[in-house]
Amino acid sequence: MSDAATLLAPPRRRRAGQGARLKAASYGLLGIIALAVAWELYKWLGPADGLLIGDVRVLPRTSDLAMPHIWDMAGRLFEPVTRAEGARVLWLEIVIAAGLTLGIAAVGWVVGVIVGIGLALIMQRWILAESALLPWIVLSQTVPLIAFAPLVKSWGSRIEIGAFEWQDWMSVAVIASYLAFFPVAVGALKGLQAPDRIHRELLHTYSARWWPTMVHLRLPSAVPFLLPALRLAAANAVVGAVVAEVSTGLQGGIGRLVIQYAGQASGDPAKAWAPIFGAIALGLIAAGSVALLGLLVKDYRRTEGEA
Amino acid sequence: MSAAVIVRGVDKIFDTKSGHVTALSAVDLDVAPGEFVSLIGPSGCGKSTLMRLIADLETPTAGTVEVFGTSAHQARVDQRYGIAFQQAGLLPWRTVSANIALPLELSGMARAEVRQRVDELIALVGLGDFGDRFPDQLSGGMQQRVAIARALAKKPQLLLMDEPFGALDEMTREYMQTELLRIAAETGAAVVFVTHSIPEAVYLSDRVVVMSPRPGRIAEVVPMSLGSTGSRADDLREDGSFFEMITAVREALHGGTHAVAPRGVENR
Repeated sequence: MSDAATLLAPPRRRRAGQGARLKAASYGLLGIIALAVAWELYKWLGPADGLLIGDVRVLPRTSDLAMPHIWDMAGRLFEPVTRAEGARVLWLEIVIAAGLTLGIAAVGWVVGVIVGIGLALIMQRWILAESALLPWIVLSQTVPLIAFAPLVKSWGSRIEIGAFEWQDWMSVAVIASYLAFFPVAVGALKGLQAPDRIHRELLHTYSARWWPTMVHLRLPSAVPFLLPALRLAAANAVVGAVVAEVSTGLQGGIGRLVIQYAGQASGDPAKAWAPIFGAIALGLIAAGSVALLGLLVKDYRRTEGEA
Repeated sequence: MSAAVIVRGVDKIFDTKSGHVTALSAVDLDVAPGEFVSLIGPSGCGKSTLMRLIADLETPTAGTVEVFGTSAHQARVDQRYGIAFQQAGLLPWRTVSANIALPLELSGMARAEVRQRVDELIALVGLGDFGDRFPDQLSGGMQQRVAIARALAKKPQLLLMDEPFGALDEMTREYMQTELLRIAAETGAAVVFVTHSIPEAVYLSDRVVVMSPRPGRIAEVVPMSLGSTGSRADDLREDGSFFEMITAVREALHGGTHAVAPRGVENR
């Protein structure tokens, strides 16, 4: 075989090696450390009352009230939530609240993904549907969530079908899904329209109809577009859930804690930062889980490769 | 058995923003079963368009295209032909075997039967142990071989090929040409082969259809008197009769009169 030699060469490297991954992780860590150092440096060197130009404060105050020390924030996590007898340690309270929010966000994500992919399928199938729906989908994201959340809650409270009764957390999940479906719909549509002409014509010569073409060509080629969309949707679902908790007044989630602890910040400034860290961790966990999902479909991220 | 392809009085006019473009004008062409016919000509002569009309990827503006006695459309629906393009067009997420299996799976063939047929095809195109590789792990020649195996999956009696070796290096290309002749002889399929290489057309074909542009039409059909295509081997490339045929095609391409009569038979 004349081209056997090129064949027997090891396949081109597609993934970074162990070393490169370690390097990326250490850069990530370095970024966090740099942020912490910048925080402490400013707190140390910056003017105690911030910097005022006229009446506008362009640099923040550096007092312990406005900018607690990093170690105070971290240390506060390991103290009880309140001075009351039998109060939980703060980090546990955060974890429990974050768990609730994560669950709601996950439901919202799943609903958003189903709706998003469904819309993309409809828009791919009928060009008319694309021109009719796409502007509304884009427009939907300009509706302010804060205004929208109480409406969802009041609509939901009127739903009662047999034994099923609308729960408050469902309103939060709906709002999370409202933010989550958007990147999925747009990304999936782009992915479904991505196949090359040569592949579409090939399927055409097999007289494959719409659905087989979808299963064997369009959906697989949408995967590389879908994965970042799903990750974005996960982050959006978390943000949506946190904001919706606040605006619908749902108890027990991380969003509620952000508001609650912010109110106590004058007496306990470090405490207010704990749910914020919790929310950040939540976003990372959500996006990371989707990245794991990507490993399951890694063969669909291959490219044809140049000869 | 009816002719593999009958093209009668075909015009193809494309509507573009800058007006009508006549891609093909008054084209007649017959391809016999098992015959190897190359379409050659400068760009814009409509050779690819003619192949795409036979494949029912385009419809003629006027005239008729028949494939095995039915309309081109029916022949496509019945999958009477296999097709290969300049790019291999393999699905990157499918292995070699799975790529070859795709047309079989789509037609609802049983799993065991699919596996058996895929193994036959892999052997036919000499892909041996590469069934589990992914396309990005193969060289260009290998990818094209997979594409040919895929085109042959449903045992079509007609192969349509649009410059399938155009992107390959010269060595691989000559090797693939000999392989294609062997495969065509083994399967008995007629081949319509689009190329812009004169030696390639001569080496492969029973007849070379020379086309000219503006409007695209058939200028001349040059029969190759080089013996049956199945018996050709690389030494033919150094044979005098081969060069005579090259000259004949070149003159037809350059609009010269048909100066060289087919007399390769005496030379052999």
